[in-house]
Amino acid sequence: MKKIIEVKDLYTQFGDNVVHAGLNLHVNEGDIYGILGPSGCGKSTVLREMVMLQEFQKGKIEVLGYDVANISYDDAQKLRKSWGVLFQGGALFSSLNLYENIALPLQEYTDLDQKLISEIVSYKIDVVGLKQTDAFLYPSQISGGMRKKASLARALSLDPKLLFLDEPTSGLDPISARDFDRLILKLRDMLGLSIVMVSHDLKSIYDTLDRLAVIDDKVVVAEGKMNDVISMDIPFIQTFFKADI
Amino acid sequence: MASEQKLSYKSSLNNAQLDVYLTGDLTLYTTSRLQKYIFSKLQNISELNIDLDGVTSIDTAGAIYINCLKSTLLDKNISISLTCKDEKILKTLNDIKSVVVNKKIPQQQKASFLENLGEDVYLRYKKFLEFLTFFGQIVYGFFYTFKHIATLRYKEILFEINENAIKAFAIVGVTSFLVGVVTAYQSAYQLKIYGANIFIVDMLGISMFRELSPLLTAIVIAGRSGSAFTAQIGAMKITEELDAMRTMGFDPIAFLVLPRIIALMIMMPLLIFLSDVTSIFGGMIVAKLDLGISVSLFLDRFNEVIAAKHFFVGISKGPFFAFLIASIGVFRGMLVKDDTQSIGFNTTKSVVESIFAVIVCDAVFSIIYTNLGI
Repeated sequence: MKKIIEVKDLYTQFGDNVVHAGLNLHVNEGDIYGILGPSGCGKSTVLREMVMLQEFQKGKIEVLGYDVANISYDDAQKLRKSWGVLFQGGALFSSLNLYENIALPLQEYTDLDQKLISEIVSYKIDVVGLKQTDAFLYPSQISGGMRKKASLARALSLDPKLLFLDEPTSGLDPISARDFDRLILKLRDMLGLSIVMVSHDLKSIYDTLDRLAVIDDKVVVAEGKMNDVISMDIPFIQTFFKADI
Repeated sequence: MASEQKLSYKSSLNNAQLDVYLTGDLTLYTTSRLQKYIFSKLQNISELNIDLDGVTSIDTAGAIYINCLKSTLLDKNISISLTCKDEKILKTLNDIKSVVVNKKIPQQQKASFLENLGEDVYLRYKKFLEFLTFFGQIVYGFFYTFKHIATLRYKEILFEINENAIKAFAIVGVTSFLVGVVTAYQSAYQLKIYGANIFIVDMLGISMFRELSPLLTAIVIAGRSGSAFTAQIGAMKITEELDAMRTMGFDPIAFLVLPRIIALMIMMPLLIFLSDVTSIFGGMIVAKLDLGISVSLFLDRFNEVIAAKHFFVGISKGPFFAFLIASIGVFRGMLVKDDTQSIGFNTTKSVVESIFAVIVCDAVFSIIYTNLGI
């Protein structure tokens, strides 16, 4: 199985606060990979480091074969076009409507004509389960769930092979959250995506993940297939997965 | 992966039948070249065969293009056939066909001029009503606070006084000093012609005390504090802090609005006084250097011709200007909607509107004082 992301001996520090001290993990192609751990353990930080939003002190992160700490501007741009990122709050551009939000990467990076772009946008809107009539609404006019779907559509607009999701189901009601899980599974099968997500949602973790890593006390304490990880005798895993739901 | 994606095509044309053989990637980045090529050939063919066997990968854009091509060609009575053995590519084509058929983003309706005009007028009318409501809330808040003086938020008021007035002393002082220098310098030139050097004192004293100092101070404060009020309150609105305060029973009018308004109303006269002092000081320096009027002569003359009423007329405008600047700034902040553009828009509006309101108010004062003979 080909590794598309590899994190080796990652060391991150904010001021005096050490967040990661020798973190190791890898993501295989085609996997839905979860990063779990208690609050403040640096899950989102490692995600931000993978997408080059955050610098780290020591170690190495390779994404799609590129070393993100030593990367030329051109390569970085190429890399950024080949992934999609879904932020926790959606982070849609509030001055643009949904159509314009989704069409923006296509208009900037490709030479497709407007008609084809509108077909593609229409398809993306449909694929994430929004209505075509929603296209002209602005982010401030739609609900949290729709905002997540719309920003997923934006993340998918360049047909990336790799998708990063930061707490995809947080802030959604249970029904929407389960819909979102199904959507992620459907998209993985349809578009052949690899997905890396940070999540707290137990149900979603059980339903979607292929492999996962648990970060606790600055390192990855467990990594592997769902069933293998659950049976490990580690305090966080025991309290987290044995919690009644 | 966005590594170098290449698409090449071989084509042969015989008897109005075009065969296109594709190799490489049919994706976002390569589709439009193929589209242009095929479009240029469409005029004189009646049959198109596309062979996708050499295609290694296809994405949404490629698949949607192939599907669109089919329907366009059907309209033009050109027959099309696809050759493709790759299961994955066929699946992608099918997935997209099942979704896209009969689903189109509806066209947006364009409003007519009259409709736009009506909407605009109505919205302005509504905004005016909102301002009246807001004004009412402030007045109610004032009376409530005076009746229950214990609810007055001294700490916030003092904080706002420090932020919006004491920290503005330097800029108000320097600006007024420079305006004093410039006004004196320009008029000195004219006065010298008539040998009326000493009248610089009358001119500076009256114009600065009555009009220029209050206006100048108000404009600086509108730019400095009015914009800050809008941005602060607007950001709080976006992050739902205002709603949170309301649910906790902290009335935003009492907690956020009144302290700002009261702070500015208290401090504005003081700022105008500072502006009076520094601008006359500036004028005095020019009078000494340019017109040879000594400091003691300047002050003697000043004492003689400038009545105290001029000073009080200027100072008395302070609280009114302060009220306008602070209430417009805060009101604009409350109008911010749930998006980032709206903060910039309302901040601009807040500064422009408060300066305009100050000038209108100044004109009204001018008329009132003239009619009263002050």
